[in-house]
Amino acid sequence: MTTATPREMSRQMPNPTSPPKPAPPLGAPVRLTGAQALVRSLEALGCEAVFGIPGGTILPAYDPLLDSVRVRHVLVRHEQGAGHAATGYAQATGRVGVCMATSGPGATNLVTPLADAYMDSVPVVAITGQQTRALIGTDAFQEADITGITMPVTKHNMLVKDAAEIPRATAEAFHLAATGRPGPVLVDIPKDVLQDLMSFAWPPEMQLPGYRPITRPHGKQIREAARLIATSHRPVLYVGGGVIKARASRGLRELAELTGAPVVTTLMARGAFPDSHPQHVGMPGMHGTVAAVAAMQRSDLLVTLGARFDDRVTGQLSSFAPYAAVVHADIDPAEISKNRRADVPIVGDCAEVISELMTAVRAEFESARPDLAAWWQQLRYWQQTFPLGYDRPSDGMLSPQFAIERIGALVGPDAIYTAGVGQHQMWAAQFIRYERPRSWINSGGLGTMGFAVPAAMGAKLGRPDLPVWAIDGDGSFQMTNQELATCAVENIPIKVAVINNGSLGMVRQWQTLFYSQRYSQTDLGTHSRIPDFVKLAEALGCVGLRCEAEPDVDRVIEQAMEIDNRPVVIDFVVGKDAQVWPMVAAGTGNDHIMAARGIRPLFTEDEL
Amino acid sequence: MTKHTMSVLVENKPGVLARVAGLFSRRGFNIHSLAVGPTENPGVSRMTIVVAVDELPLEQVTKQLNKLINVIKIVELDPMVAVQRELLLVKVRADTTVRSEVLETVELFRAKVVDVSPEALTVEATGTDDKLSALLRMLEPFGIREMVQSGMVALGRGPRSITTGSSR
Repeated sequence: MTTATPREMSRQMPNPTSPPKPAPPLGAPVRLTGAQALVRSLEALGCEAVFGIPGGTILPAYDPLLDSVRVRHVLVRHEQGAGHAATGYAQATGRVGVCMATSGPGATNLVTPLADAYMDSVPVVAITGQQTRALIGTDAFQEADITGITMPVTKHNMLVKDAAEIPRATAEAFHLAATGRPGPVLVDIPKDVLQDLMSFAWPPEMQLPGYRPITRPHGKQIREAARLIATSHRPVLYVGGGVIKARASRGLRELAELTGAPVVTTLMARGAFPDSHPQHVGMPGMHGTVAAVAAMQRSDLLVTLGARFDDRVTGQLSSFAPYAAVVHADIDPAEISKNRRADVPIVGDCAEVISELMTAVRAEFESARPDLAAWWQQLRYWQQTFPLGYDRPSDGMLSPQFAIERIGALVGPDAIYTAGVGQHQMWAAQFIRYERPRSWINSGGLGTMGFAVPAAMGAKLGRPDLPVWAIDGDGSFQMTNQELATCAVENIPIKVAVINNGSLGMVRQWQTLFYSQRYSQTDLGTHSRIPDFVKLAEALGCVGLRCEAEPDVDRVIEQAMEIDNRPVVIDFVVGKDAQVWPMVAAGTGNDHIMAARGIRPLFTEDEL
Repeated sequence: MTKHTMSVLVENKPGVLARVAGLFSRRGFNIHSLAVGPTENPGVSRMTIVVAVDELPLEQVTKQLNKLINVIKIVELDPMVAVQRELLLVKVRADTTVRSEVLETVELFRAKVVDVSPEALTVEATGTDDKLSALLRMLEPFGIREMVQSGMVALGRGPRSITTGSSR
């Protein structure tokens, strides 16, 4: 399909939450400015929110935006916030998130969120103003070669040099962002192109001769995968974020129940399969559960669905899952056999792959189905012997894991949780129970500190019906908390739990473990109330709460839950020595997983 | 590591070369030579890229190239069933004492003299990398003033075109 119209595109992207607004009646071409055409295009594409900041070169676009009733613009405080908000919106809704910035510094401030969205395959469209055509290349005021700069961190980008091209470029950007392996697309538009008159007609014809994502898996590979599943005695369904993107959670559950295989959900896939399901054995990887890591290490078959064998999952690649044959299904052919060679490569959309696998596996099971009793006995042993857990801090301070666990318990699964990056992120992945897709939104690939607050803002805007909690660290929070002002002004009532351990906790943990407790530059001073997060919250128009002791935790969380008209920040003052366990130290093999410091389950086992 | 010749059809748009070149450097692949030019279709350019990689990384290169939105098609050309040519221009010192010797060498390689002056000759030669290297080795003793060499261009033999052949 090379020239699908945007109408066809919207049919391919069914909206899980609310049906997209019908396209406006579009008649004969009308004369518009490029800027008006841009806004009309955004409306026609079903865009309901744009996060951004105006500035010199994007100014023309902001004028018609003022009149748009369909597109709501959210004025952020920093372009990085706009980008992460677009990501949070996209991850929460499955629709394309849109951000807008001016040229030069506005555009370069989008680089981090674009890189973030690229690594986590999030459909984001960024629209940037650019200097007028005559000034491009002259080092003009606020000129930056943003298409050049973002080339390595976007799925695609384009510089629009003719106003007549604006509808097509916008439609292509949305199409590219949302289909195939999703990703960010940047559209750079010079100021004079926004001002030029053009003839607007919708829908435009897309011209993408080189873009043909494969969604339908190859039948032979599916049959081969089914044959392996039918003969495997230690299978593992290794599930990644692609399953959520493909809206394949229901199918995954059916496949899991059909095969009886254990399921592991990666950091990007938390919620793709219910945590409460008896076949779920946890998150794999550096801070995964012992059961999930051990299951993969001892598996004879990894059925990989929309995951990419990231180094944080595999540990040392050469010793990863040494006994396993690999079925690898992904919509991006370049992921297959990139890190781990696939025995059965399957290129396709996870929803289609799973549905076809179901049929093929059922056919295989008619003759014989494998007995997984011994495998489950082993898995249950690991689960029972090495459950996730934590000790109370020795200094008597509040336990960060306890605070996070209670948020999850009190707020429940019908909510959205976002996280920054660091210890709190891992604890939020471990100790909150996720039961549905799109309830966990974090920065997995790029590991972007400062992600939580703006992502929560975007998520809440997209899903106002759900409570949205940002689980943040005191380090991460200080990178982007200015967006709380945006939330307060724009009436986006998110909750922020700052897990304040006074330091850059994850770095500190590594200093404890690998740098002889030499704490170089990890004390943030936040335990001496610089800043005072309660006062900061209040200054930003939020309610500020503080919790310092375990008996107060539930009460403070409940107090926050009752506030619905303003953003709330809770400063959880926690001990600084708590650590994230289990852990596979960087560069070591997964067999060296430590359930807690010094405890290496797979070394003492001799189960094979 | 072996050399592989890839013929890549790309949309004729600004910035495509930067995308391809950036991809190679970003992914740590080394370009041995690269030639770009127009095709029979004005909207499409053709790149001939020679890379020195093993089989598995080559698969990654191809897949990553295919992900570029402006890349339309990639075909690996087997040197056994493709015509491969490079163009060489070389300025050789050739005063009257050695000129006839230089001309003899030029003859042997079926190269052409395209400029002449009392002290030097400019020679044009086309051929494979091997042939041009051999020519240069023979001319070296006379003194090479300067030289320039194009990247390789290649076409598959036989009646089929890249648009009808199988892609990777």
